[in-house]
Amino acid sequence: MEFLNEIVQTILSGIAIGCIYGIVALGFVLIFKATEVVNFAQGEMMVLGAFIAYSLTTFLGFSYWTALLLTTIALGILGMFLERVVLRTLIGEPVFVLFILTIGLGTFFRSFVSMVPGWGTDTYGFKTPFTDKVVNFANLVISWEHVSVIVMTIVLILVLFAFFRFTRIGVAMRATSQNQLAAVYMGISVHRVFSLTWIISGALGGIAGILLSPITFVHMNMGFIGLKAFPAAVLGGFGSIPGAMVGGVIIGVTESLAGVYLPIGWKDVAAWIILIAVLIFRPEGLFGIQEKKKV
Amino acid sequence: MSFFEAQNISISFGGLRALNQVSFEVNQGEVFSIIGPNGAGKTTIFNCINRYYDLDEGAFIFKDKDISKVRPHMVPGLGIARTFQNIELFANTTVIDNLLLGRHRHRRTNLLTETLFSRSVRRQEMESREKAEDIIDFLDLQAYRDQIVMNLPFGVQKTVELARALTMEPELLLLDEPSSGMNMEEREDLVFWITDIKEELGITILLVEHNMRFVNQLSDRILALNFGVVIAQGTPKEVLEHPEVMKAYLGEESVSA
Amino acid sequence: MRFVMKKDYYDNIRLFKYRSTFFWYLALVIGCFLLPLVLDEYITSIISLICMYSIATIGLMLLTGYGGQVSMGHAAFLGIGAYTSAILTSKGLPFLLAMPAAGLLTGLVGIFIGLPALRLTGLYLAIATMGFGFIVEEIIVRWEGLTNGNMGMIVDPPSIFGFWFDTETRFYYLSLILLILFILMARNILRSPTGRALIAIRDSEVAAQAMGISMLKYKTMAFAISSFFTGISGSLYAHKLTFINPESFTIIVSIEFLAMIIIGGLGSIHGAIYGTTFVLFLPQVIVMTKDYMPKYIADQTGLPAALYGLMIVLFILFEPMGIYRWWLKTKFYFEMFPLYKKDTFKRERKYVKAVRQ
Repeated sequence: MEFLNEIVQTILSGIAIGCIYGIVALGFVLIFKATEVVNFAQGEMMVLGAFIAYSLTTFLGFSYWTALLLTTIALGILGMFLERVVLRTLIGEPVFVLFILTIGLGTFFRSFVSMVPGWGTDTYGFKTPFTDKVVNFANLVISWEHVSVIVMTIVLILVLFAFFRFTRIGVAMRATSQNQLAAVYMGISVHRVFSLTWIISGALGGIAGILLSPITFVHMNMGFIGLKAFPAAVLGGFGSIPGAMVGGVIIGVTESLAGVYLPIGWKDVAAWIILIAVLIFRPEGLFGIQEKKKV
Repeated sequence: MSFFEAQNISISFGGLRALNQVSFEVNQGEVFSIIGPNGAGKTTIFNCINRYYDLDEGAFIFKDKDISKVRPHMVPGLGIARTFQNIELFANTTVIDNLLLGRHRHRRTNLLTETLFSRSVRRQEMESREKAEDIIDFLDLQAYRDQIVMNLPFGVQKTVELARALTMEPELLLLDEPSSGMNMEEREDLVFWITDIKEELGITILLVEHNMRFVNQLSDRILALNFGVVIAQGTPKEVLEHPEVMKAYLGEESVSA
Repeated sequence: MRFVMKKDYYDNIRLFKYRSTFFWYLALVIGCFLLPLVLDEYITSIISLICMYSIATIGLMLLTGYGGQVSMGHAAFLGIGAYTSAILTSKGLPFLLAMPAAGLLTGLVGIFIGLPALRLTGLYLAIATMGFGFIVEEIIVRWEGLTNGNMGMIVDPPSIFGFWFDTETRFYYLSLILLILFILMARNILRSPTGRALIAIRDSEVAAQAMGISMLKYKTMAFAISSFFTGISGSLYAHKLTFINPESFTIIVSIEFLAMIIIGGLGSIHGAIYGTTFVLFLPQVIVMTKDYMPKYIADQTGLPAALYGLMIVLFILFEPMGIYRWWLKTKFYFEMFPLYKKDTFKRERKYVKAVRQ
């Protein structure tokens, strides 16, 4: 029973972390599909989200759910701000340039976090309505924390799915991601689509930050966990939305199992080994499509 | 044995048969044109010779050697050069640097000597430079020598593409729609240049073209393709008056009319 | 603008376009040699750090700026070079042999990385090299028998035939000479067929193959050259700091290197050096202007990182070709004075793309 308990716990926490990787990866993939830009700062936006949420609950006394809502909005606004001010000036520049730009942004955000009074370089605990609560189910002890992350992620996915499938603007976003010029001809405001993409991705970053906070605690280097979202996105197939989620969960579970059953150190590199293996053997990932340039 | 030969080549992309048992022979020193409506498979033949695609069936024989399985970057070493329909120049470098890259296959130095810039490297560089300048004179590109390719007019870019292929000193030159996008003047110049290439430089030319007057003026022999299948092969007169060819280009009605 | 009368094909390939440029550079080199006599030890040590890092930055510039292959794992190569040199000298190998050996070993690892990198483009390559960086970092930490893990290794200062480079001034001259050597090597590579081939691969792989350039050979060569340079730099690093641990070779350092080549200007060796100078001098500038800033901001350890992150953003927005381009523009302004037109360097704007390529 002990063993079963341990395995279930390990897998569950792996899925939970994997969900978070997936959400961050989703942020990347959305922006990538719409604008062909890779937002390297996605991880750092997650950190900002975590810190904002932490400040809201600790200093201003907001409840967890209010903080969740406010942070999501705040990060969404940040996303829109980034798109308006920074990205729009650079429309048409090669992708590499924009990628480096987001690296710069990410570096700036991380350092910025360390400089804000009350934030700095310390690690902070984060209490949620689910902290320290467990569920006893068929002789297994399951942490509510992990379950809540998984449940919230599922809700998030359903909302996004409905959005992209059934709303006009959602369909417009999908169209734009395939052919921008045609979208313009069809009367879709591409600028608005870009803004919306960044808003959603920003919001996703914020949500990821809040979900991650109770698990890894709030500190300025959380962004590196966000970096693991890259292998998740690649595993799922960069450009595939369900893939990002699936990739994230697979990496999360693998990491978790490696942490418990393999010697020390394997857990930290598991994601990267998977990444390199995927890139060598199946670069298009699980759900992606291989594209070849026609001459 | 002919200089260059395609033997029953076939290739499919997914379910689409791009080339179906195509065979033709090219004699040394002649201009051999490949014509056909869009999608007939003309550029595909070039891409296969260049080894960007693997043939499903058949072979290419060049100077009595089967070249169907070589690596793409070995093709220039065999003496085959090529231009691209939608120019593939090195956009961020100058014209002269593009041409110097054409000299790459004649490189005899290695990394070590190059790092030290030894005498042999120096000699090779000057030789490359001289050859490239010869081609610039040949195609009247002097005015554009030090300009970044990206900024040049399209017609000039096409000429640079041709020049780059010539600096490779090929024996077989593959030209993919060289006159598309050019104006009347440039096209006239091109006719003279291609004739010069054939007569002065003795290079065999394989030409893919849409412009019939162009093809008629220049070709020794023509191959007509439609939907990946050979519909006619022979002298210009034979092919251009062939009923199948006219049907492919102009439709059923006009033939019976 | 001065006109160059070329009388010989050699004039096209010589290292210095104008005669006068050669003399300016000579003056610069002599000036550099005389610097330690005027500057205090602290500044000298920073400059020798710049010289040392520049070798690695030039390596990265060759790979990314000229070859077009993004590498976010550069710190890993630095680390491999550093640890190799440290381990070899601790086993008794003289520095004169250990340094090139470190370079060669790192170069070999570079080839090994370049091979799978063949199939990867742009973004994927960046992510893969990032992954490589993490894996190497972890290996260094876990292989305690070889590297002493997180405790780090103590390294002797460099010595050649018994002559110890253990003072700031001596090390300065060592790194200066090596830097000049490597700059010359890089310039030579760039004006030779190999250099052209690297740039060709960046601009159009299809055309490069049609020119007879083997992707396999040249892409791995780009990685090999770049990592060789970086390995040498790593070796110098180890012997200068006399203590190395895995923390010096994290992804943050890789990003620092990227910042150096972006800020300095992609695609020029000058740029590599300018960028390195900028990033390394930044903490000093902050220290010097400490009195003018509100105390709270000045005390932050994260300030340099925040600033060069911000600099990357600003440079990309306003001067994507970096400091080097800004310098060229300034020179051009003075050359053209008073005929300079304001919009000479205006960027052409391309709008939305049609089909994704």
